[in-house]
Amino acid sequence: MSDFVHDGWSLYIAIITLASLVACAVLLKLMSTRKLAPGEKPGTTGHIWDEDLQEWHNPLPSWWMWLFYITIVFALVYLILYPGLGSYKGYLGWTSTGQYQDEQKQAAATYGPVIDKYLKQDPVKVAADPVAREIGQRLFLNYCAQCHGSDAGGSKGYPNLRDGDWLYGGSPEMIKTTLLNGRNGAMPPMGAAVGGSEEVRDVAHYVLSLSGRTHDSLRAQRGQPKFAAACAACHGADGKGNQQIGAPNLTDDIWLYGGTEAVISETIVKGRMNQMPAHKDFLDEGKIHLLTAYVLGLSGQAAK
Amino acid sequence: MRAPDRIAEPAPAADEVETSLYEVRKKIYARAVSGLFARWRIALVIITQLVFYCSPWLIWNDRQAVLFDLVSRKFYIFGLVFWPQDFIFLTALLIISAYSLFLFTAVAGRLWCGYACPQTVYTEMFMWIERKIEGDRLQRMRLDQSSLGARKFGLKLLKHGIWIAVALWTGFTFVGYFSPIKTLAASFSPWTLGPWETFWIFFYGFATYGNAGWMREQVCKYMCPYARFQSVMFDPDTLIITYDAKRGDPRGARGRKVDSKAVGLGDCVDCNICVQVCPTGIDIRNGLQYECIGCAACIDGCDQVMDKMGYARGLIRYSTENAVKGKYPDQEIKKHVVRPRVLIYTGLLVLVIIAFFGGLFLRSPLKVDVIRDRGAMVRDAGGGLIENVYRLQFINTDEAPHRFSVNVSGLDGMQVVMQQPVEVPPATTQVFPVSVKLDPAGIESGSHVIVFHIVDLDRASVRADEKSRFFVR
Repeated sequence: MSDFVHDGWSLYIAIITLASLVACAVLLKLMSTRKLAPGEKPGTTGHIWDEDLQEWHNPLPSWWMWLFYITIVFALVYLILYPGLGSYKGYLGWTSTGQYQDEQKQAAATYGPVIDKYLKQDPVKVAADPVAREIGQRLFLNYCAQCHGSDAGGSKGYPNLRDGDWLYGGSPEMIKTTLLNGRNGAMPPMGAAVGGSEEVRDVAHYVLSLSGRTHDSLRAQRGQPKFAAACAACHGADGKGNQQIGAPNLTDDIWLYGGTEAVISETIVKGRMNQMPAHKDFLDEGKIHLLTAYVLGLSGQAAK
Repeated sequence: MRAPDRIAEPAPAADEVETSLYEVRKKIYARAVSGLFARWRIALVIITQLVFYCSPWLIWNDRQAVLFDLVSRKFYIFGLVFWPQDFIFLTALLIISAYSLFLFTAVAGRLWCGYACPQTVYTEMFMWIERKIEGDRLQRMRLDQSSLGARKFGLKLLKHGIWIAVALWTGFTFVGYFSPIKTLAASFSPWTLGPWETFWIFFYGFATYGNAGWMREQVCKYMCPYARFQSVMFDPDTLIITYDAKRGDPRGARGRKVDSKAVGLGDCVDCNICVQVCPTGIDIRNGLQYECIGCAACIDGCDQVMDKMGYARGLIRYSTENAVKGKYPDQEIKKHVVRPRVLIYTGLLVLVIIAFFGGLFLRSPLKVDVIRDRGAMVRDAGGGLIENVYRLQFINTDEAPHRFSVNVSGLDGMQVVMQQPVEVPPATTQVFPVSVKLDPAGIESGSHVIVFHIVDLDRASVRADEKSRFFVR
């Protein structure tokens, strides 16, 4: 709780709660002591409807009064068992967090065996299993589709997972590592290292030429040494990239941010910062395994 | 508001005796009765209970014929499979039930209460068991007055034992509509019944035992809301069970050979049979009362007496308020059935029934939802094309697999990228990601309406056309 709340408030609330309950009981008692004498007729409330319809002023029936007493007993039992009296935690120690965790445990116990049986299988085999693929699809739609798209086709800044082209490698182990720990893909801004805007355009045209896109061959020629000096450290002298550090292959005409001169120039000048969040904290191993297999299967489909 | 002074008086004096404002229930020992209306009731008890107890055991398409599967939210009724999306049919069914009730009540009063209501039906069954064990009215009264001996204890034990058995079987059957009944039956030995199944079997069983064994007419008198609001459906031409006071009064016992007119008596021999057979313990000769559930037991009882006496039947009979008042003779009651209230109820009822069955007949086994990807609006698809991504959620409510083709219209040159035909297994929901490609040249940027056309390849009448949006950069 906030620092400025004094402990006395807890007591204050507890006293008010209990006093209200006592007041209810007293009120009920006062209302139910009255009994009609034999032969005595109760009065009416004084209202008359439809000429002769009157409401009698009878005491409340006792079975009904008892229902009210039961609610008071219920309230007391509740206040003993559950938190409610000021900051008293309740005999059962119930918390919403605790309930959430219990439900998580229960779900794990129910679905765990269904999911975990695939853990022992090789991801390639799991990828071929139709049931596993269905589970995988649901997991993917829940956890991955927001960025990578429902069809795993990616979009600007979010890699396409179906094209068989991998930034960090497409082995099951690598995919699993990516899922568990996430990735930080960073390309530093290279504008200064390359030179002025003309030099940047030269390098961009060289990059275009690597994947065989339309380019100015003169500029590409001029850009080649700059590329060797500034870019090859990560992307390799042949531009085929480096999966160890997640440097993209620049020769396959697959573009994370876009393959036009303007976008490539922007990438060179400003660099790129990208991140895939780690999933190990909220997905257990079984689910990661199924997702690995599902993603593996996606690229397998593309290869066909 | 004027508060009556007496209420504010001090505590009652010591000599005042506590009186209950609410009548203590007098146990009713309804006498067995036979006759036309009793036979109708027995027939309805048998029919409704045959349906209730047997339906869950029937098999259809290798599954339980009638099963309300709450877990997977599929509701099987023979060849029909209802999904939560078909909720409108439940609504229609409830409207049909309501209008049937209005109609029957307007025509002949509490027909539902008297012949088909579960409270009546189970009370009838429990009373039958009671009669077989403890005997009829007088024997039962004597048994209850006698002190508890081995015989009384044995009879009561047997009665309650059978009652509880029937009640538990009823609870078990009820749960069998929601949880496959064969699995349920198998889960008694060894005991693998789930906590909720156990609870509901015992709860429903307890309710049956309590309501039909103990509460009986009190449910109708104090608990049932329908019993109270049905009076608004009555009118002076509604058939009600009436005692013909003009013919019956003055009442009095007389010998069979005595000429009643000569001794100044009406046809009522004051035998009290009509009171003894009444399951709610009222005297119908006092006129229509709210307790009367319209079971017509008093008619059967009275007719038997009239036969014995050699008088005409129908001293207690179905008649209408207007007929009793003499506004028209009994023969004209039929003419007065056709009146605006009845016609309107019938018309509405027929309309809803037609809508219900028409809807069922035209119901498509295919439902499709198109959900646009929200993460990215547009993406490059290579070759100058752009792409939007959607999820198509197919619901095949049919119990056979279906194959569908997916097309899209709205913008020229759109291409659907997905594996076709789409195969959806029986009675499942499946999600298919799909992307739509387009050459954006010459198309205004912004959002465009497109329509997905999903057509069953084997039955072109089964189709769905779902709108969505396509974004152009």
